[in-house]
Amino acid sequence: MPTVVLLTLTGLGLGALYFLVASGLSLIFGLMDVLNFAHGALIAIGAYATWWAASNGSGFPLAVGFGTAVGTAAAVLLELGLIRPLYRRPREQVLVTVGVSLAVPALLAGIWGTDTRPFPTPAALAGTFRLLGATVPVNRLLLIGAALLVLIGLELFLARTRFGLVVRAGVEDRAMVTALGIDVRRAFTVVFAIGGAAAALAGALGGVYYGEVDPGQGGSLLIFAFVVVVMGGLGSVRGAALASVVVGLVQQFADYYTTGGLGDLSVVVMLAALLLLRPRGLARLTGSLA
Amino acid sequence: MRTLTLTPPHTPAPAAGAAARSPLRRALRWWPLPVLALLVIAPYSALSLPGLFDGPLGSPGTLQLLALCLVFGALATGYDLLLGRTGLLSFGHALYFAAGTYATNTLMLESGLGFWTSALLGLLFGTALAVLLGSVCLRVGGIGFSMVTLAFAQAGSIVVLNDPGGVTGGEEGRAAQDLPSAFVGIQHTANLYWIALAYLVVTLAAVDWAVRSPTGRVWEGIRENERRVEVLGLRPYGYKLVAFVLAGALAALGGIVYLLLTGGATPQTTTTDFTLSLLVMVVLGGSGSRWGPAVGGILYTWAQQRLTDLAGSGSIAGLPAVLRVPLSQPLFLLGALFVLVVYALPGGVVRLPDRIRTGRAARRGTREVAA
Repeated sequence: MPTVVLLTLTGLGLGALYFLVASGLSLIFGLMDVLNFAHGALIAIGAYATWWAASNGSGFPLAVGFGTAVGTAAAVLLELGLIRPLYRRPREQVLVTVGVSLAVPALLAGIWGTDTRPFPTPAALAGTFRLLGATVPVNRLLLIGAALLVLIGLELFLARTRFGLVVRAGVEDRAMVTALGIDVRRAFTVVFAIGGAAAALAGALGGVYYGEVDPGQGGSLLIFAFVVVVMGGLGSVRGAALASVVVGLVQQFADYYTTGGLGDLSVVVMLAALLLLRPRGLARLTGSLA
Repeated sequence: MRTLTLTPPHTPAPAAGAAARSPLRRALRWWPLPVLALLVIAPYSALSLPGLFDGPLGSPGTLQLLALCLVFGALATGYDLLLGRTGLLSFGHALYFAAGTYATNTLMLESGLGFWTSALLGLLFGTALAVLLGSVCLRVGGIGFSMVTLAFAQAGSIVVLNDPGGVTGGEEGRAAQDLPSAFVGIQHTANLYWIALAYLVVTLAAVDWAVRSPTGRVWEGIRENERRVEVLGLRPYGYKLVAFVLAGALAALGGIVYLLLTGGATPQTTTTDFTLSLLVMVVLGGSGSRWGPAVGGILYTWAQQRLTDLAGSGSIAGLPAVLRVPLSQPLFLLGALFVLVVYALPGGVVRLPDRIRTGRAARRGTREVAA
């Protein structure tokens, strides 16, 4: 039982990280048809900004806030500077994000080195607590709490605000929204900012979860976030939340009860099985890329 | 300089009318043959190209780099069969390349089979893997296909890194043993170079032949408008699978050549970054054109090697940090260059002569109007 509790909470913590990354990816893809490879770069930027602030004496909450703000700014810059000029060429937009995903981690590695850097975790988060006989690291709760807050925030944003309405309508049918005289492009920037903020937050909290930051961290998180996005149905925040919980839990349990590494594999097999059993069920996927 | 018709076969070259029939033009259509002849005799040359290569052309170091360039040129060409010819964006091409390398190497090390038998079985393994996984991936279209190929490649990468039963060597990879003696040792680098050249020629010929075949026409249709192909009564699934398997088989073959070239299997070849670099090569050179992907692959590999040398050399250590940091990171420069190409050169490097020409013609036009 203690093992199950620990595995569940760790799996949920990992799922929380996936959700933070996948929610932004899902919204960006749903609205703009852009598969944002640069999301990994945004994670890395958030992680390094947080690490930098925390190592230079600011408190943990302030450092996370700083990291998130830097990540948001980077995402907005990316959208305005590189994505928007290619508005009518979705394939080129994907390619540009691939270029950014190569360049940014390399730049970070150039500035701070390719080796991992230990993350200065505050004492309050480094400890453990006991639950039903299991000893669980406190940071799992932080991750789950942050993901829940982001989920609630996103739901409120989508359901209650005008921009949320435009985003939801745009995911359904962008051409119609444009035809109604609404400038969807402003919503693009907003969605990118939200995605960037969530990704940077994932980077910052990933530093706590892994205890270190390195330039390639974003890339490995990103791949599983892609899996989550596909399983959850592109453009759906709730779907992403559900899928990230499933993926995180399956990964942890399979890793523990079989040999290591099989957890990652079982997630991929699960994705393949889902697509084989319900190729039409994921109808949103069948839209052409370009 | 209008002789190099580098535009893809499906876009008729401008002014390919009367002018194209002159004997000189007809003769110049065969320009790839002298180029190939030059490439074949390159190992005998002591020509020194300072700046391009460190040693003279025939030196082992230069030949090794050239061979690597040719292999990646061929790999990019095979990858473009999916991307540029059929419109399929696969993020899992590295898997079939690595399958060729690892299957061949593992068979040689574990079962004691000879190189050629192992290579044949490795090629069959890579092709079978492409059939199996391609038939699953292609059940979803568009971006879903990209993500499923990515997921499978990731699974392959994980398997290789986990070293099941000690057959893949995990993070270290495994050095090959008992390679044919003609491919081992610094004095035999020219043989490796010729093998790489042969692989490039085979790939270019196979892709060219395939896209001209009736199946190739259907690929073109799928790329332009898949729904319309369906309406014509054809099932795109089977045609896409043929493209996927052919590209996978060519990649597996490349993996075997790469095994000879580097003398071992390394897990870097299984990563998504490897596939992304193929994507960059194709776009850099010019997707959907006959020579573009090869040119892009050769340019990219050469640039990466030279930039890595530059980063390792002492010449940039004295620069201020603002210049030193980016210059010491080849991937940063390549990523930035890639973004630049996407913006400034849609269609890639091979469209450059065309663009210059049309640009000049347009300027001449405006001048005439002004006069």
